[in-house]
Parts: sequence; C-alpha cells; structure tokens
Amino acid sequence: MSDPLLIWSYLSEGPLLWLTATLVAYLIGDAAFRASKRKSWANPVMIAIILLALMLLVTGTDYATYFEGAQFVHFMLGPATVALGLPLYDNLPRVRKAAWPMLAGLLVGSSVAVVSALAIAKSLGIQGSVLASLAPKSTTAPVAIGIAERLGGQPTLTAALVLLTGIFGAIIVTPLLDALRVTDWRARGFSVGVAAHGIGTARAFQVNETAGAFSGIGMGLNAVLTAIIAPVALRLFGG
Amino acid sequence: MIATLAIILSFQLVGEVASRALDLPLPGPVVGLLLLVGTCIARPALADRIRPTTMGLLQHLSLFFVPAGVGIVAHWELLRDHGLGLALALAGSTVLAIGAGALAFTAVARLAGSEDPTAIKGRGDE
Repeated sequence: MSDPLLIWSYLSEGPLLWLTATLVAYLIGDAAFRASKRKSWANPVMIAIILLALMLLVTGTDYATYFEGAQFVHFMLGPATVALGLPLYDNLPRVRKAAWPMLAGLLVGSSVAVVSALAIAKSLGIQGSVLASLAPKSTTAPVAIGIAERLGGQPTLTAALVLLTGIFGAIIVTPLLDALRVTDWRARGFSVGVAAHGIGTARAFQVNETAGAFSGIGMGLNAVLTAIIAPVALRLFGG
Repeated sequence: MIATLAIILSFQLVGEVASRALDLPLPGPVVGLLLLVGTCIARPALADRIRPTTMGLLQHLSLFFVPAGVGIVAHWELLRDHGLGLALALAGSTVLAIGAGALAFTAVARLAGSEDPTAIKGRGDE
C-alpha cells in the first residue's frame, strides 16, 4: 500500500478533490433542506459553505487551492444566468401585465436597500472604503464588484457582503412576507430578487416558478439601477 | 442535454462579446439572457426544446453560488473587524428592502388594477 501522504499530495494538487467535495457538500445541504420540509433557515448554500469551510480548516487548505477545483461549479453561474431567460419568457404575459407594480417595487426596493444599509453602517461608525464596499451589496456579484471598484471600495469585501446578503435574504424572505401578509407570488419573488439577487432567486425557484421568474427580473433590473443609485447615495453619506 | 448546454453557452458567448464590444453596463450573461428571451419570442420552438435541461439547471441554482460563498471564509478577518456594524447594516437593510419592495409592488398592483389571481400563494403552500 502506498503512503497516505503521497495520495494526499496528489489529491491536493488536482481539481478532483475539491470539485467532488463541493458537489457532495451541496447534496448534503440540499438533503438537510428537504429533511427540514424545505424550511428557509436550512438554506443549502449556507450549509454547504459551512461544511466546506470546516474541511478547509481541518485540512489546512487555502481558498485559492480550493477554488482551483471549485471553479468548474463557479463557472456555471454564467450559463445559469442565461437560463433565467426561459422562465422569463414563459411568464411574459404576466410580466407585461405587471409593468407598473414592478417599477414601484424596483424603485422602492433598490433605493431602500442602498440608503438604509449606508445609514445603519454610518451610524455605527463605518466609513471610507468599507462603506463604499457595502453600497452595492444587494446587486448580483459581478455587477456589485464593478460598482464597488468605481466607488473606491474593496472588491473582495464586496463579494463577501453580496453573498452574505443573498443568504440572509433567502432565509428571511418567507417568514418576513408571511408576517406582512404578502400573498402575491410576483411581489414575493420580485422583492427578494431586488434585495438578495441570485441567492434570493434560487430560493424563489425552490418555492414557486412564477416567484422565481419575477425574482430573476428583479435581480437584473436592480443591477442596472444600483449602478446609478449607489454613487449618489454614497456621496449623500459622505463616503 | 449537451445540445441545450451548447445553445445556452452560445448565448452567453454572444452576450459577453456584445457586452464588451458595445461597452454595455450589463454583464455578458445578462445580455445573453435578454437575447435568449428575444430568440424564444421569435422562435417558440426553441423554448420547448431547451426547457427540460434548463429548468433542471435552475432547480440547482443554489449550487453555483457555493464556491464564491466559501470565499467569505477567506475574508473572515476583514469581516470580523467591522462585524457588528456590517451585520446590522446587512440584516436591517435586507429586511427593509424586501418588505418595502413587496409592499410597494402589491400597493401599485392594486391601484393599477393589475392583480393576478393565478399567482396568489395558497394556504397550503410553503
């Protein structure tokens, strides 16, 4: 039998180990989500991230090495974004009918997301580049990073804040909108897409296809609007 | 499945090229999304062809965020330094934005008479 250390050094150099680990961690997260009767607090992304973070910690692996393997999964974000066009097409009659409500939901959701985040952070003493990194956190990651760079933020911090916002939004949306008695699937999906981008949209698709389609639209529209709102709001808060 | 993947990747490819060539404010995949919708309107047969694999892909949309999400751990120290302020700002603004956005949507839907009885959450739904 060969030395286990040799096997480990082979595995730790190629993408096989961390690609497999990512898929298995997600399947465990998804199984836990189903076992919880699809409750939003058992978010599969959050569970998978915690499992993988523990594995990285225990094996002393750095994030760059992990990402070598996981990048194949990461790459699928692009095609999945394109794929959102299909439910959008399927829901076009509904979308045409909802133009005004969507405009209202977009303007209110997007500006509240940016302004309230900056107001809370500023009142707690956060300023400078951290404040600029926070401004676009409700937008989908590639767009948020572009906005943060233009505002003088830190792109990697923005990426982390974007993901945390998405996970939190996906967990909170169902109990929050149940408490507010919002029963319109279009409004439920759209608002979580605006406030919590793709992870919110993934949650919406788990629950209802119309909610998912509207969430995808909300995410796309907010990407454009935040690019306009964030610089103005940041100047307002003297960031 | 492979044919659908090739179709979707082609839309992304064209979207990336268009986004860069025309210096659009939208990232390539979003341009690809819009092109896909436009093509499905022009040729509805395409939508039926790609539906099974595409909807399968979207069922597991969460999976694709996992690698970037593990990056949170890589920035743990940065986050910890401003922990409380950032946590409250994220949580507070997300709750306010979802709530205000959804209420604005439903209020205007009522005003504009564009409510949709086929898209209402039932008592038995999650």
